[in-house]
Amino acid sequence: MEAFTVHKGIAAPLDRVNVDTDMIIPKQFLRKIERTGFGQHLFHELRYLDYEGTKENPDFVLNQAAYRPATVLVARDNFGCGSSREHAPWALADYGFRVIVAPSFADIFANNCVKNGILLVQLKSQDVDELFRQVLEQPGAEIAADLPRQILTDTKGGEHAFEINDFAKECLLKGLDQIGWTLQHEDKIKDYESRLRDERSWLA
Amino acid sequence: MSGKTMYDKIWDAHLVRESQGDTAIIYIDRHLIHEVTSPQAFEGLRLTHRKVRRPEKTFATMDHNVSTRTKDWSLVEETSRIQMETLAKNCRDFNVILYDFKHQDQGIVHVIGPEMGITQPGLTIVCGDSHTSTHGAFGALAFGIGTSEVEHVLATQTLQQNKSKSMLISIEGTLGFGVTPKDIILYIIGQIGTAGATGYVVEYAGSAIRALTMEGRMTICNMSIEAGARAGMIAPDDTTYAYLKDRDHSPTGDDWEEAVAYWRTLPSDPDAVFDHELHIKAEDIKPQVTWGTSPGQVTDVEGTVPDPDDFTDPVARAGARNALEYMGLKPGTKISDITIDKAFLGSCTNGRIEDLRVAAEIIKGKKVHKDVQAIVVPGSGRVRRQAEREGLDRIFSEAGFEWRFAGCSMCLGMNDDQLTPGQRCASSSNRNFEGRQGPGGRTHLMSPQMVAIAALEGKICDIRNYLPKSA
Repeated sequence: MEAFTVHKGIAAPLDRVNVDTDMIIPKQFLRKIERTGFGQHLFHELRYLDYEGTKENPDFVLNQAAYRPATVLVARDNFGCGSSREHAPWALADYGFRVIVAPSFADIFANNCVKNGILLVQLKSQDVDELFRQVLEQPGAEIAADLPRQILTDTKGGEHAFEINDFAKECLLKGLDQIGWTLQHEDKIKDYESRLRDERSWLA
Repeated sequence: MSGKTMYDKIWDAHLVRESQGDTAIIYIDRHLIHEVTSPQAFEGLRLTHRKVRRPEKTFATMDHNVSTRTKDWSLVEETSRIQMETLAKNCRDFNVILYDFKHQDQGIVHVIGPEMGITQPGLTIVCGDSHTSTHGAFGALAFGIGTSEVEHVLATQTLQQNKSKSMLISIEGTLGFGVTPKDIILYIIGQIGTAGATGYVVEYAGSAIRALTMEGRMTICNMSIEAGARAGMIAPDDTTYAYLKDRDHSPTGDDWEEAVAYWRTLPSDPDAVFDHELHIKAEDIKPQVTWGTSPGQVTDVEGTVPDPDDFTDPVARAGARNALEYMGLKPGTKISDITIDKAFLGSCTNGRIEDLRVAAEIIKGKKVHKDVQAIVVPGSGRVRRQAEREGLDRIFSEAGFEWRFAGCSMCLGMNDDQLTPGQRCASSSNRNFEGRQGPGGRTHLMSPQMVAIAALEGKICDIRNYLPKSA
């Protein structure tokens, strides 16, 4: 996984509440057995006018020239709700997104993003409203996220502090192999399994 | 010091390593996998030369993209077939038990886990599917995970987890005539919103919950994710133990006694403190129908489609406006005036034998409306066989329902069952998202009983006007 420290990039506004993972990557693209190549299908039903994905919807934000190269997404409440499909962060990352800013994120989606080097920045609704105003007024303007300092810098240089769980931060900063991290504690897993045999033998 | 919640107890019993300023490691008792979210996890294992640590704790089935029309491999669409063949190969290579497409007990992962007794109280159960919350109905801690976490569980039989906050939702009283478990959970989501339980594990309690069968409890826990919860759970009791006795994977003999004694220690202590509590009167709940594209956009069946301008919150207003445009509905339309093109009875929410029984009772001797295509998809091979033993298949077929094999079918449109653009469906499933049941498809979520009635009448109906009171 690519490590995350500081990222500055063009921000695109996606002004919809409850963007679910079906909307991020519809089911017809889940039949792959690889992790790659999902970016071209990101937001398929919003992004294209036809089922085959050959005609772009000019009204969709990522089809507008200034926002097309965006790597920061500014979104609304409950982003990533619904299905647990990790194909959603795979598609976002494959398109090029490294940072998503919203007032709230769905739980499983948030876990999945950490595993894929995407930084989720949760800010108060009024701060997100301000970001929407800025990126709509000035298409193509950049937002920067500094993970070590936990600061998001808006297009006008305003700084917004954000919270992140220490472990998620470490994983992102180091691009950590999480299975490797857990396996450092394999002795504890073995201890647990032997306790299980003693205490709840029907499960061991 | 206050007592422990059931969540606290199960959490503590599964701690492999406590959080030391980083994250806790918890042990996973049961891992369920299916064809869609597992291929990349096995690929990851191969690339890092890792094994499945405890293959006997993992159970695989094929459900999301199987056809429910045929058991003929040669008719399965190619990308789906590749995904199913990949699962079969992965299970062979890594020694995992698989209930494949042709196995008589194949079915939706959240239907077969409980019916085989794989699901038990006090367990941690995960699956790469958000509706894993279903298994919480047995007093288990069960939740959906992503594919990287599937790989993590395969390799380590553990997960890295941060503890969630706890929420108690109690429903006291007696459910009104025609009100079902589906209405309870839709009502709750309507009250707290689709992010209302984000960051929480929810425990459902109260006399209305205690009175439910296991099937009803599963329907409620299943849709916890639709309120944003990490998991939903219900304390085990005699109803739970009676359901589990003599199932394939249930403990037997002395082990059974020992297990039940342990299960009885699981319910939350009377003095347990929850981070948040919500108290609902069962009598306030009426039959529910969704009008929008999010499960929280729901109202009573006797209600009307709301006017977006009546929402004070600008974001909710915009959401309602989008939803009505997509759904092709006008504010003020009576819910009971909405006509439908399709009726779908099935899914991990409402595809169990009890759901089929209540629906069959309604349609017995009647005919599906001439403008409606209706399908009934049993949740598993066992549900299908049980229904056939009871003659339910004939009742459905004679009424004009298509009688299918087990699978996820039209709940998510990953297979050959899909709505076409603009088609409107009365659905017993769990998500009314845009395009969920097929691009441009319009979904109204409701109880299986109300789906059955809608199929007969060609429109959404209030079950309370339809059933004789004695039913």
